[in-house]
Amino acid sequence: MWKKWMALKKTTRSSAVTYAIVIAAYLVIQLLSSLGLLSSLFTGLLVPLCTYVILAVSLNLVVGFLGELSLGHAGFMCVGAFASAFFSRCMEDAIPVSGLRFLIALLIGAAVAGLFGILIGIPVLRLKGDYLAIVTLAFGEIIKNVINVLFIGRDSNGFHFSTKDAVSLNMEPDGEVLINGPQGITGTPKDATFTIGVILILISLFLIINLINSRSGRAIMAIRDNRIAAESIGINITKYKLMAFAISAALAGVAGVLYAHNLSTLTATPKNFGYNMSIMILVFVVLGGIGSIRGSIIAAVVLTLLPEMLRGLSDYRMLIYAIVLILMMLFNWAPKAIEWRERHLSKFRFFGRRKDEPAGKGA
Amino acid sequence: MSFLSYLINGISLGSVYAIIALGYTMVYGIAKMLNFAHGDVIMIGAYIVFTCVSSAGMHPALAVLISIVGCTVLGVAIERVAYRPLRNAASPLAVLITAIGMSYLLQNVALLIFGANTKTFPEILTLPSISLAGGQLNITGTSLVTIGACIVIMICLMAFIHRTKAGQAMLAVSEDKGAAQLMGINVNGTIALTFAIGSALAAVAGVLLCSAYPSLTPYTGSMPGIRAFVAAVFGGIGSIPGAFIGGILLGVIEILGRAYISSQLADAIVFGVLIVVLLVKPAGILGKNIQEKV
Amino acid sequence: MNKVKRFLGMALAALMVVSSAAGCSSDTASSESTGEPTFKIGSIGPATGNNAAYGLAVQNGAQIAVDEINAAGGINGYQIEFSFEDDESDAEKAVNAYNVLKDWGMQMLLGTVTSAPCTAVASETDNDRMFQITPSGTAVESVQGHDNVFRVCFSDPAQGAKSAEYIATKGLATKIAVIYDSSDVYSSGIYSAFAAEAENQGLEIVAAEAFTADNKTDFSVQLQKAKDSGAELVFLPIYYQEASAILQQADNMGYKPMYFGCDGLDGLLGVSGFDTSLAEGVMLLTPFSADAQDDKTQAFNAAYEEAYGETPIQFAADAYDGIYAIKLAAEQAGITPDMDYTEICEKMIEAMPQIELDGLTGIGGITWGEDGEPNKDPKGVIIENGAYVSMD
Repeated sequence: MWKKWMALKKTTRSSAVTYAIVIAAYLVIQLLSSLGLLSSLFTGLLVPLCTYVILAVSLNLVVGFLGELSLGHAGFMCVGAFASAFFSRCMEDAIPVSGLRFLIALLIGAAVAGLFGILIGIPVLRLKGDYLAIVTLAFGEIIKNVINVLFIGRDSNGFHFSTKDAVSLNMEPDGEVLINGPQGITGTPKDATFTIGVILILISLFLIINLINSRSGRAIMAIRDNRIAAESIGINITKYKLMAFAISAALAGVAGVLYAHNLSTLTATPKNFGYNMSIMILVFVVLGGIGSIRGSIIAAVVLTLLPEMLRGLSDYRMLIYAIVLILMMLFNWAPKAIEWRERHLSKFRFFGRRKDEPAGKGA
Repeated sequence: MSFLSYLINGISLGSVYAIIALGYTMVYGIAKMLNFAHGDVIMIGAYIVFTCVSSAGMHPALAVLISIVGCTVLGVAIERVAYRPLRNAASPLAVLITAIGMSYLLQNVALLIFGANTKTFPEILTLPSISLAGGQLNITGTSLVTIGACIVIMICLMAFIHRTKAGQAMLAVSEDKGAAQLMGINVNGTIALTFAIGSALAAVAGVLLCSAYPSLTPYTGSMPGIRAFVAAVFGGIGSIPGAFIGGILLGVIEILGRAYISSQLADAIVFGVLIVVLLVKPAGILGKNIQEKV
Repeated sequence: MNKVKRFLGMALAALMVVSSAAGCSSDTASSESTGEPTFKIGSIGPATGNNAAYGLAVQNGAQIAVDEINAAGGINGYQIEFSFEDDESDAEKAVNAYNVLKDWGMQMLLGTVTSAPCTAVASETDNDRMFQITPSGTAVESVQGHDNVFRVCFSDPAQGAKSAEYIATKGLATKIAVIYDSSDVYSSGIYSAFAAEAENQGLEIVAAEAFTADNKTDFSVQLQKAKDSGAELVFLPIYYQEASAILQQADNMGYKPMYFGCDGLDGLLGVSGFDTSLAEGVMLLTPFSADAQDDKTQAFNAAYEEAYGETPIQFAADAYDGIYAIKLAAEQAGITPDMDYTEICEKMIEAMPQIELDGLTGIGGITWGEDGEPNKDPKGVIIENGAYVSMD
């Protein structure tokens, strides 16, 4: 058995471990939940955890494997969330089966977010480095801003549309406002569950890991490592960049669908869809290790749980969170800290990196 | 007539952005990092002035001086403790995330010390408004001071960089850290000096920002900070006249967009213009487009 | 190096999972150790982030009410335990906070403070059958459609319509400019209702200018437009922080219209450092004013200032009234802490429409309809010589 296992390709083994961790975590949580050992807080956090894991993993595709810094990931999440919530809200009566409705909503959310990824990606991916970062940030803010002035209502005459206020929709008295500007969408059915969330994580992982280990994935990483060399051996830079960007956006849209169908109200605030959220997702990716899918998953889980776990400290909660964040970064990334760790911790077999193991790129 | 009025308001708002953007762009040019905590240093600077004037009853000029010293010390300390250890980290993103952590830290420290309630910033610039065209056009004293301060600061900075030894050292470090070190330049010292100047500018920006828009909360600095970052990129990041032009343009576009297009879509307009500019001229208005070598 | 990171990450994660999973058991143990059963009232609101001022005011106001009630013997002879959780004014965080409170053993909820989180939490409490009364969640959806949710403040449409009616019947002005926060549910809700009612009342809205949460320091454009449109009165359905900036900037540009606002403007005189002479002549419809001369308000102010060193704002008064509403209804329903929260909820729903509260935010009595909305009269007040004076 062990021999067979070791005979597999290293990447295959590594991704198998990643899937196993997710599935094991799911089983443990289901077991604890059936035994009634889970607190309400933890139960309530399960779907958000899935959302953030998908976000982190999908952003890692752009940051870790494409090597570009995107600060507008929350914008794609926002598009996916609003598109799918709008659909679910419209079709709540027409499609009473929640599973089917959610599935269609999911596809719509992913497709619309992916489409936005392509539309934004075409102009944006011509830029590099910090300029790309700032333009993606700008797009994220524009998306949030535009959604906040969107009013859509429905009455017996069909849909009404306005960018001013709900009054100017001029609806019949029986009409209802579906998207009410800054008040967003209210009454989205709560279709998302933990099981669905975990399935979506597994699908995202499957998509990304297969992409990375495919021909296209190697082309994407070649662009990251040396754009000019990649271009000179005939890799179509625009195509592969756009591919990675659009897939990442579509997966962020999926996370948005989960987010929207977990809360009964959906508003686009600076808090949930602004650049702050984009940066938060980037923090997951960087802290988990750029280019490490498993790291992203763990960092997303830890950093989502951390502020909730610190609630007991009330006033000092966010302060401590900030300090922990800084210390973690220093400990993980500072060359001096790494040197110190290698010197003092390599005595323990577990911590030391084996000589033949390259530094962690790949899943 | 209202157009002129909008224009002047825009230039005044833009001047504040420009001063903040100068700090951003200097730090970026030399340390090659986006200092996300810069906006929060502004906020701390404003709180220092607020405390000195409102609570301790000091003379405004003295308060501003204390604030400048305080922010300088804070900026250098942040650089030493949080940024310097990560300067040679494997990924440039590490220091970016640390800066974000530092931004949260400053906000929450201010929240604990000063509370969440809005403080109205004391009027320390008591210049009379100028009324033109029979009261139809009104220019506030604060606007004039802000615009003036911005121009003076930019000229001083340019002179400092091109005329002094320390300024030349900064240029050298921004071009090539390794080579600068070999030439005997104290790289750590130069970067610390950059942070000191940037933070001192942040204190000035805080005073001007809060004089023009006098509500002070622990989150006052974050939005102007991000706007100024946009302004710096707009003008060509790393370029001092670029930051100045970017800031002014951003302010004018924001105000005119709000006035003539939609007051709700201010962000979309500002960022939309930014995107167009960057797509046409990918290195910003005054940025140098460095050709990549194989 | 990667192993170390992974190991640390996993260890941390495991630690957290264990501690959070175990959270409920340790908490229940601690409350049992006190012996005497108590009512557990939870509250949710922003204690950090942009809206922290409102959340902290609710926390403080509610705490004063709880301390008073406990000192006077509690509810039905049982003491109250009060716990406040931060939601950063975010719907997702609010649901987390609600779950934390459930783990703590909460039986009734005073919250949440802001509207969008309130709507999210209301659908949770409705599912769980937990009694909820929000001190300040003004959006219609926060309360309607949920029989277990009540509120202390006015709803947005009620405030908007009442304001338009008041301006028209008093003949204050016919040409009106509105400056509102389009990114804020409270502000845009009032604006919509105001715009609809203004048409019926024959008022003309000559300028409706919005700002957003990201652009709430510079109001020069909005004011210039209001000025150019020739409005006699500027309606400000916003919170007092932005209003103080608007008054200051209007003064700087030499623009002096009449101002009219809603309960959000309350607290204007308490902004530290604000030149209150600028607020002279500002009119507002508010259920509470910290400068009211009655004994109840005075006592509350004194207690608040002693405990927290500042003048209470309306949110604190709403929270104070919320706790007293819970007390009255609990006495009416005769509930005891040993009941579980669903039972308490059903009894409280029955009792709420039967009580009449003589509170800070509704002098002369607040009653509740079965739809959860309060019936109380707002007072028109005008600021004169740095104090609120009744206009009626």
